Amino acid sequence: MLGLCSRWLTLVFALGIYAALPIVAFAGPYEDALSRFVTNDFGDTTEAINGVAASGNPLAAVVIDALQDGRLLFSAESNKVFFRDSADQLIDAVTGQPVTAGTPTDLAPVEINNRLRRVIEAALGALTLMVGEPDKRLEAAERVFQSRDANALPALDQAIAKETDGRVKQALKEARAAVVLNLDEASDADKIEAIGVIRSRGNQDAVALLANVPANSSAAVKKAATDAVASMQGGLALWGALQNAWYGLSLGSVLALAAIGLAITFGVMGVINMAHGEMVMLGAYTTFVVQELIRAKNPALFGYSLAIAIPLAFMVSGVVGILVERCIIRFLYGRPLDSLLATWGLSLILQQAVRTGFGANNREVGAPSWMSGAFEVGQMTITYNRLWIIVFTLIVFVTLLGLLRLTRLGLEMRAVTQNRSMAAAMGIRTGRIDALTFGLGSGIAGIAGVALSQIDNVSPNLGQSYIIDSFMVVVFGGVGNLWGTLVGAFTLGIANKFLEPFAGAVLGKITILVLIILFIQKRPRGLFALKGRAVEA
Amino acid sequence: MTPFPLIRAMDRGGLAFVVLLATIAVVVPVLNLAVPPTSPFSVSTYFVSLFGKYICYALLALALDLIWGYCGILSLGHGAFFALGGYAMGMYLMRQIGTRGVYADPIRPDFMVFLNWPELPVYWYGFQHFPYALLMVVLAPGMLAFVFGWFAFRSRVTGVYLSIITQTLTFALLLGFFRNNFGFGGNNGLTDFKDILGFNVQAQGTRAALFAISTLALMTGFIICRAIVASKFGKVLIAIRDAESRTRFLGYRVESYKLCVFTLSACMAGIAGALYVPQVGIINPSEFSPANSIEAVIWVAVGGRGTLIGAALGAVLVNYAKTYFTSGVLAPYWLFMLGGLFIAVTVLLPRGIVGSVNHWMAERRARKATIGSSPAAVAAPRAAE
Repeated sequence: MLGLCSRWLTLVFALGIYAALPIVAFAGPYEDALSRFVTNDFGDTTEAINGVAASGNPLAAVVIDALQDGRLLFSAESNKVFFRDSADQLIDAVTGQPVTAGTPTDLAPVEINNRLRRVIEAALGALTLMVGEPDKRLEAAERVFQSRDANALPALDQAIAKETDGRVKQALKEARAAVVLNLDEASDADKIEAIGVIRSRGNQDAVALLANVPANSSAAVKKAATDAVASMQGGLALWGALQNAWYGLSLGSVLALAAIGLAITFGVMGVINMAHGEMVMLGAYTTFVVQELIRAKNPALFGYSLAIAIPLAFMVSGVVGILVERCIIRFLYGRPLDSLLATWGLSLILQQAVRTGFGANNREVGAPSWMSGAFEVGQMTITYNRLWIIVFTLIVFVTLLGLLRLTRLGLEMRAVTQNRSMAAAMGIRTGRIDALTFGLGSGIAGIAGVALSQIDNVSPNLGQSYIIDSFMVVVFGGVGNLWGTLVGAFTLGIANKFLEPFAGAVLGKITILVLIILFIQKRPRGLFALKGRAVEA
Repeated sequence: MTPFPLIRAMDRGGLAFVVLLATIAVVVPVLNLAVPPTSPFSVSTYFVSLFGKYICYALLALALDLIWGYCGILSLGHGAFFALGGYAMGMYLMRQIGTRGVYADPIRPDFMVFLNWPELPVYWYGFQHFPYALLMVVLAPGMLAFVFGWFAFRSRVTGVYLSIITQTLTFALLLGFFRNNFGFGGNNGLTDFKDILGFNVQAQGTRAALFAISTLALMTGFIICRAIVASKFGKVLIAIRDAESRTRFLGYRVESYKLCVFTLSACMAGIAGALYVPQVGIINPSEFSPANSIEAVIWVAVGGRGTLIGAALGAVLVNYAKTYFTSGVLAPYWLFMLGGLFIAVTVLLPRGIVGSVNHWMAERRARKATIGSSPAAVAAPRAAE
């Protein structure tokens, strides 16, 4: 009974639509396509989307966007399509004017499924090819490249003809080539030309596209695609290696920052400072506090927060370092193993103190605008924060090198490193040098903390995650020579990143550790060992 | 004098310690099992398993003291040998679960079924036999220590360098054992043990027996260490600790001595780990963490390095303090205390508790010797290096 009734109703509606159709049909391709939404049938909706997209009507993008968000409504009774705009106002899809009177009572959203969502994506991609900012157009071209939707072809041709921005034009051409390659009707010559265009792109997407040419393509096309893939692989491998090298440099710079201070204290005093990681952590927390204060008092200064934090972190960690040296380390001279234990105890205390003061959770440290974002060189992505950290490491390194070579303090430090008792005999106050060295090493750790706060979680355990790697750098590079630390850090960083793709992150790390243990066999004092009698004692 | 060379090697304190351990090994299980819980002399099962754990730590501390206190090798990775022994025992216990596991697989432990391993890996073969597992408890840490020590001592890696490298060793193992495809249960480690040699590991009787065995193992370990230290071999070790180059120039093969004592110490640590695992019921990769190993060093430092008895006492003392403080309102301050202990002991009490007492008694004896003879040469060992 119910079935009969609904069939009857359908008939009535169908008659109604037929009655209305002539008026709409004459109104143009846009209105014609729009009217197909009213049936709320997936097949009709597909045609409606493609029709609306191809119509060139300025409202097309808005309507399809509304459909994607479920804001496109239809009324079967009045045979009309509406959408709600962002202000939740009901708009007539034909005229683009707000509906003022006579809102239909049977409004229902046009339904979509997953297949339709793909159609919508492709249509939107094609629609935005010509409008908006160059970046938006680039994005749209990229979307078509991915979807390879044949319906976008006319829009692409139009867009290529109109496009003035060279970068966008290239992207559009590549997108067109991707579509043509997957188009059954296209001739072999067109397809091979398309392969040439895609090949010039030369990235992983292009390889993926060419590796999956449609199975029904001719042998010539398939061969052209395979050749193109083969020629691209070499370039890609090179870029991959460069990207790995970049990651390695980045990791190496972080390790170098963390290890330089350690190498100085170890070189001058023979003290392994197990609390070194905690000095790094103190620096990171100093950055956090500085940023919190700036946010609360003077948000305009936020861009300078790191510049303010660097000297403060140096001072905080440096003062803590000097205090530690005066209160603990100096009682343990000649007992390096004991000072190792004492500084380990200190690291427990510092960690727990920070945990008590700031909580055990990660703290949010923001990045100034000049440190966020990334840019691309060829096929590799370079983030600004990593770039700045490498630059920063080099600045710290050069400054330190200058300090050691050119200043009085540096001279005295080198003297104590080479032969403590002789230095003392020449009138150098070794106790004072020890305190200052420890302060300097800790201060540099603090600076490293500022840099690390930009790329790692600021938590009480921050230092722990770097301390073993820093030791490795010092053991590998040798003590008493800053170059050893730098070379050691970058070697380990790059070796780590090159091993990761083959062995996985953890196994790569284990391999490095084993290699270092073996390396120590050959050169027990590291790469750049100091030579001399005093060192052997 | 007794005819037994081992007993002859004992001083008075050592003999007292051995007798004390033997008494504890008998009396505590008896008080736990035979005395009704209402009696004031009863010892609770909680106490038995808690102190059983401490006794295992004491054995680890003893092993560490043998190389640090008498040979100047500060290992920051002895937890690795302890954990390896523990894993060997854990593998035996896993194989004993059999069909009682969640997946009821007769051969493969639960985690292998869970990870879709088609069959038992080769290195798990044989662990269903207790004697084989016992052999591995000693062999696995021993072999690792031998290979590692052979490389390290041969190239004369000493002092802090050696400490750092041992720490790296345990760190590398930590990373490895955390991996699922390493075949040792990954993150979760080995747990859910059912029985050992047919006895339920949870049962009161088994716990008491494990306590007694651990205490006897500590006693045996102490006697062996004492015998080594008092022998000619031990004298050479002490010479290496105090002046390595000089000992080498005198014609001793320093690296062989070091390698020998290092391997022995690792085996002892492995046995300690093997006794530890059935008592706590779990072994997981966190036992490899460098912090654990370095904490074991502080037990020795607190008790007194180079005193053997002190190492064992220090382990029990520090761990009792840890249990006491971390279970109460003082829990957030425990790390402050532990950290403070590290600093205080190294700066203020470098001889440790037992070492200081020995030193004080020796001085008093020297003062009492009114005749102008030289003071008693029993001075506590100097700090390593």
